[in-house]
Amino acid sequence: MMSRIGSLCVRLPWMFFAFLAMLSIPWFGSRYDVFLGTQIAIDSLFAVSLNLLVGTTGLVSFGHVAYFGIGAYVCGILMKTYGAPFIVALLAAAMGAAACAAVFGYFCVRLTRIYFAMLTLAFSQIVWAICFKWDDVTGGDQGLPDVPYPDLHWMSAIPAIGELRIDDRFYLVAVVVVALSLAVMRRIIGSPFGRMLTAIRENRERAAFIGVNVRAYELAAFVVAGTFAGIAGALFGIFNRGVFADYVYWPKSAEVMIMVILGGIQYFWGPVAGAATLVLLNQEITSYTEYWPLVLGVILVVLLYAFPGGIVGGIAGLARLVGLNGSRVRA
Amino acid sequence: MVEPSLLFGQFLGGLTTAMFLFLIASGLSLVFGVMRVLNFAHGSFYMLGAYLAWQTVQLLGTTHGFWPAVLAAALGVALLGAVIERTLLRQLYGREELYQLLLTYALVLILGDAAKAAWGTRQLSVSRPPILAGGIELLGTTLPTYNLFVMLLGSAIAVGGWLALTKSSAGRMVRAAALDREMLGALGANVGAIYTGMFVVSSFLAGLSGALVTPIESIVPGMDVEIIVEAFIVVVIGGLGSFWGTFWGSLIYGEVLSFGILVFPSFSIFSVFALMAVILIIRPWGLFGRPIR
Amino acid sequence: MLEVHRVSKSFNGFLAVAEVSLTVAAGQIAAVIGPNGAGKSTLFNLITGHLRPNDGRVLIDGRDITGLAPHRICAMGIGRSFQRTNIFPRLTVFENVQAALLAHQGRGPNFWSRSQALCRGEGEELLASIGLADQAHDVAGTLSYGNQKQLELGIALASDPQVLLLDEPTAGMSASETHEAIALLGRIARERGLTLLFTEHDMAVVFSIAEKIAVMHQGRIIADGSPASVRADSEVRRVYLGR
Repeated sequence: MMSRIGSLCVRLPWMFFAFLAMLSIPWFGSRYDVFLGTQIAIDSLFAVSLNLLVGTTGLVSFGHVAYFGIGAYVCGILMKTYGAPFIVALLAAAMGAAACAAVFGYFCVRLTRIYFAMLTLAFSQIVWAICFKWDDVTGGDQGLPDVPYPDLHWMSAIPAIGELRIDDRFYLVAVVVVALSLAVMRRIIGSPFGRMLTAIRENRERAAFIGVNVRAYELAAFVVAGTFAGIAGALFGIFNRGVFADYVYWPKSAEVMIMVILGGIQYFWGPVAGAATLVLLNQEITSYTEYWPLVLGVILVVLLYAFPGGIVGGIAGLARLVGLNGSRVRA
Repeated sequence: MVEPSLLFGQFLGGLTTAMFLFLIASGLSLVFGVMRVLNFAHGSFYMLGAYLAWQTVQLLGTTHGFWPAVLAAALGVALLGAVIERTLLRQLYGREELYQLLLTYALVLILGDAAKAAWGTRQLSVSRPPILAGGIELLGTTLPTYNLFVMLLGSAIAVGGWLALTKSSAGRMVRAAALDREMLGALGANVGAIYTGMFVVSSFLAGLSGALVTPIESIVPGMDVEIIVEAFIVVVIGGLGSFWGTFWGSLIYGEVLSFGILVFPSFSIFSVFALMAVILIIRPWGLFGRPIR
Repeated sequence: MLEVHRVSKSFNGFLAVAEVSLTVAAGQIAAVIGPNGAGKSTLFNLITGHLRPNDGRVLIDGRDITGLAPHRICAMGIGRSFQRTNIFPRLTVFENVQAALLAHQGRGPNFWSRSQALCRGEGEELLASIGLADQAHDVAGTLSYGNQKQLELGIALASDPQVLLLDEPTAGMSASETHEAIALLGRIARERGLTLLFTEHDMAVVFSIAEKIAVMHQGRIIADGSPASVRADSEVRRVYLGR
C-alpha cells in the first residue's frame, strides 16, 4: 500500500507542477510567452490526438488536419456568424469533427498502410477544397477573419484573474481545456480499449484472432482522435482571431506528424514535447530566415537517423544510462 | 454548341499533359513497385530538372542550348537521385514505411527551399528549340510541333520501357524484386544495385520531364507539389506499381483534366481529390494493380 | 465437434484445397499431415475464417461458421496458433495474454478502467499453466523462440476455445523442446477437454499424440483414420515413400 502511494507520488507531481507552471505564465511571463503558451497547448492537443492513431493504434494518417480544420470552422462560424456561446461552439466543433471522422474513417479503415494514408490525404484535401470554395459558409479563400473571443467577463469575479487581459484569460481557458482533454485521452489509452488498440498495432492479424473486430476498433480510434483534433482546432480558431483555408492544407498534416515523431511516438507525452519544441524552434528560426521549410527538413532528417525515439525517447535513453528506470507512460 | 475543332484541341492538349504525367508517374510507380517507397520528392526532382535545364540554357544560349540542357538536367537529377538513395534512403529500408515517407517529405522541404534560394521566386521559362517551333494544322486546330515531339518521345519511352521490363534479364530481375525482394536476395542477386538503379532511372525520368516541360509551362516554386499530387492520382487510377496502369492512368487523367476544365472551371481542386477518394474506396488497386482484398 | 464438409478453395485457377471433408470429435486429438504444398495451411485458413471457401461448409458444434470473419469465429470457440510466431512483440508477456483475456471477456469497449489492474489473476494462472510465469513482465519480442511459441499457445488458450488449431506447433524446435512442448500440449488438452487439430512434419510427434490422422496430398484427403490404419495405408506409403 505504502509503495503504491510512494510510486504515485513519484509519478504524478511533475505533471501537476507542469500544469501549475503553465497556468502561472500570465503573471510571471510576458505577453509573448502567453502567445507561445497558447500555441504550444493547442498544438500539443492536436499532436497527442494524432498519436492516438499513429503511436497507439499504428494507423498512419496524413489527413488529420481535416478534423482540426472542421473544428476550427464550426466553432468560428457559430461564434462569429451566429454569436453562439463558446461552450456550445466548442461542443459543436467536437461533434462536427467526430461525425466527419466517423464518415471518412469508415472508408479509410477498410484499407491498410499506404492506401489508408492516401485516402486520409484525399479526404483531407476534399475538406480543404470545400473550405476554400464555399464562400457563403466558410468565407472561401478569404476565410473567416475576426472570430470573437468568448465572453470571459465571469472571470473577473475570480480574485487574481480579474486584472488579466482577454488573451491571458483565454490562455487559461485553453490550458484547462487541453489539460482535461489530455487527461481523458490518457485514461482512454490506459483502458482495455487502449489495450485492444495496442494489440492491433502490434499484430493486426493476431488481434483479429483473439476476437477483436479490428475495423471497428480502428474506426473508434479514428473518431476519438478526430474529436480531440476538432477541439484543438476550435481553440485555434479563436486564438488565431480567424480561420482560414490555409490551416487545412496538407502541409499542416505533415507538420503535426513531425511534432509527433520529434517528440517520440512511443510515449504519451512525446507529442507534447515535440509540439513545444517545434513551436519554439519555428519562432526562433523564422525571425532569422525565411527558409523555415529547409530547417524543418534538416531537423526531420537528423531525427530520422540520429534520434529515432524522438525527444522523449532520447531522454528515456539518457535516464536509463544514468540508472533511472522510471516507467514512462507508453502511448 | 461546342465546336469539334475545340474538342479536338482539348483532346490533343490532354494527350500532351498525359505524356508528361506518364513520364513522371512511371518513375514514381516504378520505385513504389520495386522498393515499396512512395517518393514524395519525385515532384522535387521534376522541378529541379526544370531549373537545371533553364540554368544550362542561360549558359549555352537558346539556339543550341536546349538539347544539351535537357540532357544535363536529366543526368544531373539522376546523379542526385543516386546520391540520395545510397546515402539516405538506403539506411531506412529496414524500418517502418512511415520513416521512408518522412524522409522523402523532408527532401521535398529541403529541395524546395534550396531551389528558392538558388533561383528565386519569379517565373522562369525556356523557349522552344528552333527545330521544333511552329505547329501543324490538324482538323481545324493547331498542334505545336514541340508537343507532338513530346508525345512521340513519351510513347517511345513507354514502348522501350515495356520491352526492357519484359524482354531483358535486367528487366526480369526488376520484376522479380517487385514481387519478392527477399527471395531475390537469397538467390544471390544484388538487390542493392537494383534499388539504386531503379531510383536513378526514376530520377532521370523526372528530371527529363521537368526539363522538357519548360517551353510549355513556366518554372515556379510550387510546381513540385502540384505535379506530385497529380502523379499520385495517376498511379492510384492506374494501380501502384503497374506499368500499363501508369500509362492508361496518365491518358485517362490527362483527358479528364482537359475536358473537366471545360465543364467545371473550378474542376481541379475539388474533383481531383474526390476522384482519388472514389477510386480508393471502390477499387484501391486501380485499373491494373494487384487486388489487395 | 468440428466438421468440415467438402470444402474447396482455388486461387486464380489453382485448386489448393479440393473437396476436403473432415470430422473431429469432441475431446479428440487429430492431426493433418502431408507433404509441403498439400494444402494444410490453406485448410486451416479456411476453417479459421482467414480465407473464404469457394465451396463447402465448416461447422463447429453444429453451428455453421463458413465464411465468417476471423474475430467472429474466434468468439465461437475456435482458437489458433500460427506457423510463424504471431505474438504482440512490444507488449509484455502478461499484456499479450491480457489482451486476449480482455477481448474474450468482451471488455474491449471499456474506455475508462485502468487496464493495468485487470485480469491479473486469470493472466497469472494462465501463464503458470504454460510455464511462463517468471517472464510475465518481459517484453514478448525478447523471448526465446521456444518461449514465444509457448506464449503463442497461451494467447490462443486465453480465448477459452473448445477447438484448438495448431499450425506446426513444434516447427523449429530442438528434440528436447519438442518433447516438452508436446507433453505440455497433451496435458492442457486433457485438462481443458479441448478438441485439438494440428499439422506437423515431425512424424514421431504425430504418432505419439494423435488419436486420428488425416493425410492430405495436392489438396485432397487421401487417408483418414487411426494412426495404425494410416501407417499401413498403401496410398500414404506411395505419397510419402514413393513405393
